[in-house]
Amino acid sequence: MRLFKRIPGIDSPGRSDFPVLAPGRKSNSLPIRFAGLAGWRPEVKAWHVVFAVCLFALSVGVAEAQTRVDYGESVFTTLWRWMPLILKGFGVNLLISVVAMTIGTIAGMMLGLAQVSQLKGVRAISYVITQFFRNSPWLVLLFFMTLTLPFEVRIGGTSYIIPDWIKATIGFSLPVMANISEVVRGAVQSIPFGQWEAAESLAFTRRQMMWRIILPQCFKRMLPPWMNWYAILALATPVCFIMGVEESVAFAKQAIDAEDGRPELIGPFYFFVMTLFFIYIYPIGRATVWLEKKFAIKT
Amino acid sequence: MSVISTWFRDLYETTGWNFVYMYEAFEQERLIDGMISTLQLSAACLVLSILIGIVGAWLQDSPFKLLRWIVQGYISFFRNTPPMVQLMFFYFGLGPYTPAVDMGGWQEPIIGSVGWAIISLSFFAGAFNVEIFRSGVEAVPDSTQEAAASLGFTRWQSYVYVVFPLALRVSLPALVNNIVNLVKTTTQAFVIAVPEVLYVSAQMWSDNVNVLEMMITLFAFFMTVVWLIVIAMKRWERSLAIPGYGTQG
Repeated sequence: MRLFKRIPGIDSPGRSDFPVLAPGRKSNSLPIRFAGLAGWRPEVKAWHVVFAVCLFALSVGVAEAQTRVDYGESVFTTLWRWMPLILKGFGVNLLISVVAMTIGTIAGMMLGLAQVSQLKGVRAISYVITQFFRNSPWLVLLFFMTLTLPFEVRIGGTSYIIPDWIKATIGFSLPVMANISEVVRGAVQSIPFGQWEAAESLAFTRRQMMWRIILPQCFKRMLPPWMNWYAILALATPVCFIMGVEESVAFAKQAIDAEDGRPELIGPFYFFVMTLFFIYIYPIGRATVWLEKKFAIKT
Repeated sequence: MSVISTWFRDLYETTGWNFVYMYEAFEQERLIDGMISTLQLSAACLVLSILIGIVGAWLQDSPFKLLRWIVQGYISFFRNTPPMVQLMFFYFGLGPYTPAVDMGGWQEPIIGSVGWAIISLSFFAGAFNVEIFRSGVEAVPDSTQEAAASLGFTRWQSYVYVVFPLALRVSLPALVNNIVNLVKTTTQAFVIAVPEVLYVSAQMWSDNVNVLEMMITLFAFFMTVVWLIVIAMKRWERSLAIPGYGTQG
């Protein structure tokens, strides 16, 4: 089934004889010029790095001062030994965040479009769903999912155990879905009404208006908040360690427990986890701010 | 009262829906204590984080480069690291190094888990508040501040009496979002065993095996709290509105 009628001049060669309707240059008709993204610099100034390193050194140093002599091993050596394990855990954090973001974005797009539907019932139901998941704490949703999803599923006679991290991912994708839904709704409603009227006067169908006129303009507005929500999601992923998912915090905790009776390790180990997240999230945050400025309407 | 508790006991015996706190005084007290401590934790963090936000936004305008750097570093750090790990870092990492007081036989640190939760969550929400107030301050025209300066206001006076009251009106919508977010983040104090509502509920569902019922209760609780905050803030926003200033026109 064809979703759209081809529109001459946009996705098929222009067919008009009138010079005024001749297709414009292709690069101008694209909704977003991705080439613009190539110009981005993370704007990480030298002092940002210096600051992070100083803080880290300070925390290790303070811990070092408390080290009891009989262990012989410095905090940093211990941390170095456990680093591969914690990094592996951090990989799990990233995996969960990417999968949850993908699910959340797709579901959130649908929910968001349902929120601007012309059917009153659809609008009302999607509004309630959005508000429910938006206003519930992430940790509660996570508990809800891990405790109520079945332990295993049966597909064709064989049963598969659902691993904890998948349950956690589903738990994370729900609040993301609700927030992306709000982002989509806000973006669609921020498009001047004249755009709808202009499209209508050119005899576009509702679906064509949405996909060809409104959403391409929304995309630009949705990108910064979408990235912001990804950052928030990634920062929330360590919470799933409470559910027994083996990620960075869980491994850090296990490492501390394994190095029995060395309380001076706790600070640096958690600080190391924070540093990992900082290194990953900070550029995303800067890019979001940069995009927001770039896309801002000049007043 | 007894009618309600009998009804809920009947509900449990006939359908299996176990809202245990409706008919058992002990559980009821436990849940209400949890709810109160969530509200107290939220309120304490709210006040502290707004103070941090106000002072931080003022410092960001400071003529001293070092001060601006420190504030910027603070914001970057707390905004870009997981709040739960912040809690764990503060409580488990820094907790042991705080002075302990003698409680007659055993040593108790001066700052307990609740104290650390307040400190950590306030710093977390405060980092966002600095940025929120900062954008509000930026929205106030320079000429307003210059007018205040020409009337002999000091920098702090013009901030407190002129710039901030105007900036507050601009930043209120973003502030509401952050407050709601803060209330939801207090659940993460679960990880350092603060007896807030989620922690108490988790104890209750492991004692009574009524996960779903407690979940419904939690959802209802947070919905109500968030809803009340949003209503109250909307009302405040309307009462603060200056005709001709801001979006209300």
